[in-house]
Amino acid sequence: MPRIEPPVTPLAEPYWEATRREELVAQRCDPCESFVWYPREACPGCLSADLRWAPLAGAGTIYTFNVMRKPGNPMMGDEVPYVVGLVDLDEGIRMTTNIVGADPGSLRCDQRVAVDWSMELSDGRRLPVFRPTDD
Amino acid sequence: MTNELRGAAAIVGAVDAVSPTGVLGRTDAQLEVEVIRGALDDAGLSIADVDCLMTTNGMMGSLELGERLGVRGRFTDSTMTGGSSFEVHVEHAAAAIAAGLCEVAVIVYAATPRGAKNPFAGGGPGIGGKDSALFQWDLPYGLGLPAASYSLAAQRHMHDFGTTSEQLAQIAVSFREWAVKNPNAYHQDPITIDNVLASPMVAEPLHKLDCCLVTDGAGALVVTSAERARDLARPPVYVLGAGTAHTHGMSISQMGDVTTTGAAVSGPQAMAMAGVTPGDVDVVELYDSFTITALMTLEDLGFCAKGEGGDFVADGRLGPGGSLPTNTNGGGLSYTHPGMYGMFVLVEAVRQLRGEGGDRQVEGAEIAVANGCGGVLSCTSTIVLGTEATR
Repeated sequence: MPRIEPPVTPLAEPYWEATRREELVAQRCDPCESFVWYPREACPGCLSADLRWAPLAGAGTIYTFNVMRKPGNPMMGDEVPYVVGLVDLDEGIRMTTNIVGADPGSLRCDQRVAVDWSMELSDGRRLPVFRPTDD
Repeated sequence: MTNELRGAAAIVGAVDAVSPTGVLGRTDAQLEVEVIRGALDDAGLSIADVDCLMTTNGMMGSLELGERLGVRGRFTDSTMTGGSSFEVHVEHAAAAIAAGLCEVAVIVYAATPRGAKNPFAGGGPGIGGKDSALFQWDLPYGLGLPAASYSLAAQRHMHDFGTTSEQLAQIAVSFREWAVKNPNAYHQDPITIDNVLASPMVAEPLHKLDCCLVTDGAGALVVTSAERARDLARPPVYVLGAGTAHTHGMSISQMGDVTTTGAAVSGPQAMAMAGVTPGDVDVVELYDSFTITALMTLEDLGFCAKGEGGDFVADGRLGPGGSLPTNTNGGGLSYTHPGMYGMFVLVEAVRQLRGEGGDRQVEGAEIAVANGCGGVLSCTSTIVLGTEATR
């Protein structure tokens, strides 16, 4: 599926490399131990620059979602309807993503989801999307 | 102790340029000159009186505008906070005037996304460059339309509080009732809740008629000191209170609670400065990029409790004859929306407080709240305005 393909900035390169291995990682602040999303130069909790990459379990809940009936960009014209979600990962960060693998009409806020690596970009990087789980 | 900003400055000139066709047929630069001339005429001032320009358009926008108009400023502001920019400008103008940093500030906005057939030509510098967070972490998932982010807020508001599509639709219906009375409004035919619900889904749960227009439009304001305002052509509309708050940039994933906007901070601050409570407000002009924006703003400004907005609007109280006249020009949903609607809430609030509302005049309006909202629910700015009697 065609997607806007984001650049690989030096800051986010470890994140993108991990996606090639189907591993979800995020920065974690050493002093305050909080996870940080999206990748940035300093922890938004304590402004420490002492951030290191740490694995995420890839499980979370849908905070909110929509059903896109008009495409968000022309490349995705053939994909509507699709679902954009904000997913709260169990590590305490919130990501923008897509919810896949379910009838959009069946989705609910606070539903449990798990990462899905089916969305591959042209250079082998992957976009983490999420699908509902049974629990 | 009364805040020294309260009533120190007044809006003395206010005009907008809007067409019921949605197209103005002039360039942004032509429109800027036209509305600035109009606002200065309205105030009874000339360009030679102006010592401060405020605009969002362009890089170093206020400097470029000054060069074109022959204005040499001694205070300046090119702050760009999206649709709330013009409320922020009024706040900054009032503060600068109160501090003696300038005396006559002109605030201007012009954008022609409809005429230019470019819905993103809403003014200001471009957003979403390839190294932005929005481009890297949101747009690959197709969160491109403004409606996409707002629909995420609507969905969570529905989940948390039981807000319904019918209640949101009533907001569009009430604002349309005002637009029916506005000969410059893009939409002047009445609509029903069923019409809103039957309009195509854009980003569920938001329908097309939950979404604002894309039109050309321009507007300008003149702000000066209370002392100078008294000698001018029109009744002064005093800046009684102001507040601004931002919660995030263009990534709604970073907003936190998407059901509470910065108006929960900017509104109480502005009203405290003005010495008013929501019950004192005669007319509300607020940013209705989407019906959910209006609903959450009413809650956050304190007109009802958080989560009760759906019930609050359901009886049609926002419309003509209702207990809380809101968006008396028809709003961004029915009047005009060139991309940054915040200019038009201020112009309409001034009209109402001067008694120039025509068929849509709110009788005895003395206190108005104008609320801008920019980005994706990112930055709100609240201005409380009042007549001479309230100063």
